[in-house]
Amino acid sequence: MTILIHLALTFGMLSLLAVGGGTAVLHEMQEVLQVRYHISPEMFVHVYSVGQLAPGPNMTMVLIFGYQIMGAMGALITGVAFFLPSSILCFTIGRLWNRIGDTPWRRAVQNALEPISIGLMCSGVYAVARAALTGPMSGALAVVTFGIILRTRINPVYVILIAGGVGAGFKALGYH
Amino acid sequence: MKQPPATQASASNDTQTAGEAPSRPIPSLWELFIEFFIIGAVSFGGGIIAYEKILLTEKKHWLTDDEFMASLAISQTMPGLNSVNLAVLSGDRLRGVWGAVFASIGLILPGAAFVLVVGLAYLAGSDHKMANLLLAGVGAGATGLLAAITAKIGVRQFTNIKPLMILIATFVLMSLVNLSLPYVLLIMAPIAIFLYRPKSQKSEVKP
Repeated sequence: MTILIHLALTFGMLSLLAVGGGTAVLHEMQEVLQVRYHISPEMFVHVYSVGQLAPGPNMTMVLIFGYQIMGAMGALITGVAFFLPSSILCFTIGRLWNRIGDTPWRRAVQNALEPISIGLMCSGVYAVARAALTGPMSGALAVVTFGIILRTRINPVYVILIAGGVGAGFKALGYH
Repeated sequence: MKQPPATQASASNDTQTAGEAPSRPIPSLWELFIEFFIIGAVSFGGGIIAYEKILLTEKKHWLTDDEFMASLAISQTMPGLNSVNLAVLSGDRLRGVWGAVFASIGLILPGAAFVLVVGLAYLAGSDHKMANLLLAGVGAGATGLLAAITAKIGVRQFTNIKPLMILIATFVLMSLVNLSLPYVLLIMAPIAIFLYRPKSQKSEVKP
């Protein structure tokens, strides 16, 4: 029971801190999961990667952590805690907004939050990279994927799946 | 699986006249749920905002382009996932509280089901050699994807000195100094808002 409450508080807080999207809290989430729930960086990256293959909003993978920690109930609590608080906040502000309208301060806050959230996204990249890139092979694979997605309009899911195949091939041959 | 459509492509070709009273079709809760459920199920590889835009302004004409852009701006300013926030706001606009509930749950449900099925398979067999081999490559690919998305979204921040300084300071505090996220925000948000404060305001307008 205390673990469930703790899960709810942890992911509820991450929900409200996710300025600019879930990627902004990836680093924090990885640290909390490692320190409090002993989820290894490697497992974090695996689950994160699975989440990127899923359709829909890209943070549904939090359910897997919830499940790993406390079973079905953990998954439910984690999901609700991660999606509900920010939704309620947005709902409330959305209604206020229609009454107040646009102000110079709203633009100021949005302009100010943009570089912060990109900075946090960089921290997300850093956290995932630290765990996923274990050698020159995976590093090269990440760079190639980066280039392909930046330069072409191929669906990222295909690119990631191909990366999985190529990576498995090399790893099976003993390269890392 | 199909290619996610371009987000900005049709964002600006707005022919809506500003003062026009919107006489929009009002969907049932069920219809709202189903339409967002479909987006949640087909949007492999991202691009959900674009799907939502097509649904709301082109396919069903539930929102005008102006209303959509206003909702999108709020969705991006508020914490949480932009696509979910957008579902909440448009659901509320169309059918009130329950509209928001049905739209957002519809959007999240397919991905949640997918993740649970695949994730449980992973947890059950995470010591399988083949799965680990595959996931190593997939993890590297996902890293590349995340970096590419960050680069794409952040073009303007990376190429201008003021946002770049804020961005770097945020990254350093978070990843190198290892502060916890609330502290990073407590330090960086006031500084950034000060740097971006509205210019030449005689009397300060409260937000």
